[in-house]
Amino acid sequence: MPATDGRVVLDSRDISRALTRISHEILERNRDAEDLVLLGLHTRGVPLAKRIATRIEAAEGHPVAHGALDVTMYRDDLRTHPTRAPHHTEIPPGGIDGKTVVLVDDVLFSGRTVRAALDALADYGRPAVVRLAVLVDRGHRQLPIRADHVGKNLPTARSERVGLRLEETDGIDEVRIVELEGVPA
Amino acid sequence: MTRHLLSIDDVSAEEIQQLFATAAEMHDVQKREVKKLPALRGRTVINLFFEDSTRTRSSFEIAGKWLSADVINLSAKGSSASKGESLRDTVLTVTAMGVDGLVMRHSASGAAHQVAGWLDIPVINAGDGMHEHPTQALLDGYTLQRQLGGPGSLEGKRIAIVGDLTHSRVFRSNVKSLSKLGASVVAVAPPTLMPSGVAEWAKADGFATSYTLDDVLPEVDAVMMLRVQRERMSGGYFPTSREYTVGYGLTRQRLALLREGVPILHPGPMNRGLEISPEAADAASSRILDQVSAGVAIRMSVLYHLLAGEESA
Repeated sequence: MPATDGRVVLDSRDISRALTRISHEILERNRDAEDLVLLGLHTRGVPLAKRIATRIEAAEGHPVAHGALDVTMYRDDLRTHPTRAPHHTEIPPGGIDGKTVVLVDDVLFSGRTVRAALDALADYGRPAVVRLAVLVDRGHRQLPIRADHVGKNLPTARSERVGLRLEETDGIDEVRIVELEGVPA
Repeated sequence: MTRHLLSIDDVSAEEIQQLFATAAEMHDVQKREVKKLPALRGRTVINLFFEDSTRTRSSFEIAGKWLSADVINLSAKGSSASKGESLRDTVLTVTAMGVDGLVMRHSASGAAHQVAGWLDIPVINAGDGMHEHPTQALLDGYTLQRQLGGPGSLEGKRIAIVGDLTHSRVFRSNVKSLSKLGASVVAVAPPTLMPSGVAEWAKADGFATSYTLDDVLPEVDAVMMLRVQRERMSGGYFPTSREYTVGYGLTRQRLALLREGVPILHPGPMNRGLEISPEAADAASSRILDQVSAGVAIRMSVLYHLLAGEESA
């Protein structure tokens, strides 16, 4: 996606505000944040989880366990795409048993990635609670999954694409909506 | 990624690194309580071994099972192959049962290539005669690369491969893979166990040769000892075992010639006291057991890349 394609719907300040709000919401649901584990879903969920962890740490004054979860092996579309190399899964040293795990992703769309993440999570342990935080919810769910914490609800047509860039991976913070050609709305 | 893995020639340096990166993630699965990934759920892999093997076969079996594939082991002994069935009929029969991938070991060089031509499912060469053993070379390269500091760390390193080179498919595959990873190989063996035409071959593939282990050991960054394959030897390749050990064994005395921490590898099974002394096999710098656990990770990686995606569907 070229840098000038589509229109910007969230700029860096909007993203920052959304993440701050999500961090506060997570804290409100988990008072002392001690049994909290934030797991970012690759690729862009990982830096987002780190940013949320930093915000919670700043508010609470103690570190928050965070890591990364790769769901490649758990996807239900493995056979319909060329194989992808898995990313690194990083579960914090305390594990996830009995913890409140918040899965963090950039865009919530069909819900299939989250479904795969729940399967992956079950192989690592048994959390007490699993919640979902996303920066953007663009709708079009194919599975009964909804997010607990949403940065921005962004109703989109199927003919549109939500392009999210982050400072850590792309050098800029922004969310754009791009019109795809040849896709029915 | 390639459709079959018959030879190290099938994979580029970039693809080798991709296989290593995936293997590193697979390696982590071994530490988990639930050693299972669903990537090959519903797929069936057959291990067809026409030659004896413990570690390669069980390694492929574990790899397939940890990826949730159904794995069937067949050995020639006790199967119809021992009743005189041809190789072609055997593989066509077993693969007609709805198999999605074939792992094959055979005593004839080139057997896996031939079989791949008859089938439309991925074929993985688990050792064909004196020709190649690509997954062994990959796990050796992976073990060394991890030991020496990660991707790119084999660049410019000098690796000695010592022993029965004539009969070694591990040597042939390792020369190719280590060169692709940027290392230079020095092949050490008595003249009787140097492959014929080694001079031209060494020139083409860019490796050095030596008949004197003592000269080579002080300057290498890793040493890979090979098994003396007595079962493949029809004549006398050396006068006595004792004489072989004196000239080419990694003895306790020779260990002292290695720089500190230089990794020692051996593809197994070992003839302790012949090509490798117990002191070397059990040394702190021995990576022989690491090779075994890396073997499962590499084979998971290979099975995943060859069998999980759309191209193999």
